[in-house]
Amino acid sequence: MPSDTGAAPARRSGLRSLSGEPVLLAALALVALVLFVVPLGAVVRLALFATGGGVDAFVTALSSRSVQRALWHSLESSALSAALATLVGGGLGLLIGLGDMRGRVALSFAILMLMMIPAHVTAIAWMQMLGPSSVLLNALGIAAAPGTTNPLYSRQGVIALLALQQVPIVYLTLRAALRALPRDLAEAARVAGASPLRLISRVILPLTFPALLAGYALAFVSALGNFGVPALLGIPGRYVTLPVLMWQRLASSGPSVLADLAVLACLIGALALLAVLAQMRVLRRLSVALIGPPQQSLRLTLGRARPWVEAAVWLLLALTVLAPFLAMLATALVPTYGVPLRPDTATLRHFHEVIFTQAVTARAFANSAGLALAAGTIVAGLALGLGALMRGRFGSGARGVATLAELAYAVPGLVISVAFIIAFIKPLPGLGISLYGTHWIILAAYLSAFLAMGLKPVSVAYAALDPALQDAARVSGAGFWRRLWRIDAPLIAPAAASGAVLVMLTAWNEVTLSAILWTRGTETLGTVIFNYEDGGYSTLASAMSVISVLATLALMLALHRIGRGLPPGIIPWRD
Amino acid sequence: MSISLANLTRSYGAARAVDDLSAEIPAGCFFTVLGPSGCGKSTLLRLIAGLEPLDQGRIALEGRAVAGPGLHLPPETRGVGVVFQSYALWPHMDVLGNVAFPIEAAGVRRTAARAEAAAHLDSVALTAFAQRRPADLSGGQRQRVALARCLAARARIVLMDEPLANLDPHLRAAMEEEMAAFHARAGATTLFITHDQREAMALSDLVAVMRAGRFEQIAAPQDLHDRPATAFVAGFIGRGVVLDVTVTEASPNRAKVRLPNGQALEVRATGTARPGMGQVLLRPTDLRAGGDGHPATVLSAAYRGDHWEARVALPGLPPLTVTLPQRVTVAEDLPLALCGGWLLPATAPL
Repeated sequence: MPSDTGAAPARRSGLRSLSGEPVLLAALALVALVLFVVPLGAVVRLALFATGGGVDAFVTALSSRSVQRALWHSLESSALSAALATLVGGGLGLLIGLGDMRGRVALSFAILMLMMIPAHVTAIAWMQMLGPSSVLLNALGIAAAPGTTNPLYSRQGVIALLALQQVPIVYLTLRAALRALPRDLAEAARVAGASPLRLISRVILPLTFPALLAGYALAFVSALGNFGVPALLGIPGRYVTLPVLMWQRLASSGPSVLADLAVLACLIGALALLAVLAQMRVLRRLSVALIGPPQQSLRLTLGRARPWVEAAVWLLLALTVLAPFLAMLATALVPTYGVPLRPDTATLRHFHEVIFTQAVTARAFANSAGLALAAGTIVAGLALGLGALMRGRFGSGARGVATLAELAYAVPGLVISVAFIIAFIKPLPGLGISLYGTHWIILAAYLSAFLAMGLKPVSVAYAALDPALQDAARVSGAGFWRRLWRIDAPLIAPAAASGAVLVMLTAWNEVTLSAILWTRGTETLGTVIFNYEDGGYSTLASAMSVISVLATLALMLALHRIGRGLPPGIIPWRD
Repeated sequence: MSISLANLTRSYGAARAVDDLSAEIPAGCFFTVLGPSGCGKSTLLRLIAGLEPLDQGRIALEGRAVAGPGLHLPPETRGVGVVFQSYALWPHMDVLGNVAFPIEAAGVRRTAARAEAAAHLDSVALTAFAQRRPADLSGGQRQRVALARCLAARARIVLMDEPLANLDPHLRAAMEEEMAAFHARAGATTLFITHDQREAMALSDLVAVMRAGRFEQIAAPQDLHDRPATAFVAGFIGRGVVLDVTVTEASPNRAKVRLPNGQALEVRATGTARPGMGQVLLRPTDLRAGGDGHPATVLSAAYRGDHWEARVALPGLPPLTVTLPQRVTVAEDLPLALCGGWLLPATAPL
């Protein structure tokens, strides 16, 4: 096959067009090296090949009582919470995906809030709602007696809140599967005389079973890596999971335990990857090839039950999304924790304090905003370049980078942060300065963990583009960079912006990555909220959480606006 | 030669989309590649434009080698214009921006490029639509923007990939005229891909009939119809029936043959016809109903607008197609005389 690099010099667009793709691929490969290969390689090397590492290290780690217990807790809480989430998320998905309920987009948006509000904030909100000084429960007269333990500080509490966080994952997976289902299949069953219940049990559930299974596996992996819920509820409830154990060891002993942590990181990372691989295998075996194009999805009429079903779903969402938020707001408004909220006691003092008085909270807001903005923008740029390369002659190289990004996305966040510490705590060769303790290491960890998230909408949008648009630009004489800038960038921009906002949302809310990477001066919103709550400053933690939730809501609404006219599958809650 | 194709081959896995294809296309020619879907005609266009790499063979455009062993000039340096089936207008640019893009790509600044593009837009009578987005145009208008963009590229070679396929039938006739005018104005060598033989016949200087990655015949439209080189071309172009015959006598350009039912017939032939086995094409115009013909039975009949078309059975022959000025009914008997035919060349001249 003739070489594609072009032996003759370009006549019209100069040499730039010929070197465009290889240059971009080389740059992206370098980025992938720094973001994925070096850090994850460093963990594996430290765990397997360093002195004291290898099989012995794993045997030692696994024979420790605390590791055994944490491993069991991780598996148990992930498996059970994913099962609960599959039940609830699957049910909601069927109801909203198949029923003729009104306001489906609003319902989806509200369900997505469960995922978008970060785990530690959810935990704080629920602790306020169900604790002994709960405004809600006290008003109903059923609050626990002062001084008793919060019922959430337990195995059940951890599992319940983890499940709540994973509900949207299963919901989204099932909705996507229902949308892909040809309408004829369901209509053929109806014509053949099947009642709606039989239709669901005999046609729709078997066809969407692979999606439910995939949703379960995703929920399992997500719960496995969750840090906020088990840290805030599990530590007081003595239900420590593996990520929490890693965090405790680093917090108590410092970087001297890195080799130890690398072993634990490999352990939990391998678990997550196994779950993802198993899911992929099962999916391949189970999936039935669907014949016929996807059409507008089926609408089963709920009939006279509709208002009741709608009311029940909205009530459920009010109890799980709105009520905890209001409980947290109440805590943020009282002068000290435990004082009942009345017009004469309400105060905005804590808001004033976290915004204007405390240096650390102001710094955290600024750090998180800056990091989120930078991560979102850079991820969008990287995704734009990767997507452009993916359909060209360097497609396999670009897809390799994308696979690395998927891998880093599947691995629990704590593994990524441990990896970045191990890889970058030593001074950079030649520069003599360490990235550890700077904003850069947190930003790099964000890019590593979230690139896949920003890449997905961009690759969906690239796939939806008519390839002739590219071809037309090529035969018009436009070289690679001109095509990227004038044709691809404007056409992909809305999807890239959506991806950027999704990354910003996640970075703004995360605590798992920065819990280990933060130092004085590089505090993030998540770590400060977490530390305040951990240290007993519930009112300040609640005030910051309220602000962060409002910012999240604003970003989601912005995303909703950007999403108009985008191909489906980019904005999660849009039909 | 404006486009010179030598032994082109392009495979996808085991399937050869283009299979050892050669052709020389003269400058200024309107050259149509006509073939059924899946014959490799779009792949051929993409090979010439440089959108696909060659497996084997050489391509030279305007005397410049652009593809061959160890050589593949990227599309942006080949200087060809392409009109795509979907028109491929960039939806985020206005009409003028679309037309100005190739001029900008050639290194002209944006404002100057837009001024130059306006002249090309004027030549397709779309000046009033300069600020519109492609989405706000009708199918015919989009087609004309795509043509104007081709003009703006100043390409000496224009490739068109079924540009009329997405238009409704009566608009297609109007656009055919516009295509012809465009070709006359630009004077560029045009390679036009289509599966519609009516389009090919109406527009082309030369038509290449393509089948399974090769050209079966390259000829002027009327030659293709009257003197097809192979049974495939004979069956693909126009209507008619190919019969196996015995050639009893051959003189230059004429031959006497015996049909399967024993009937003798004098037909047109190439200068190289030889006695022996052969194949004869009978077009409807080679049959005449009425008078002293042999009795034939009508099998089916359909009204075609200005004439009737019937499939009729003559004893000992496969069903033949005949055109009639008046209505016939199924099972009716009618006298049918054979008055000519075309003896297919024994081997394709390609």
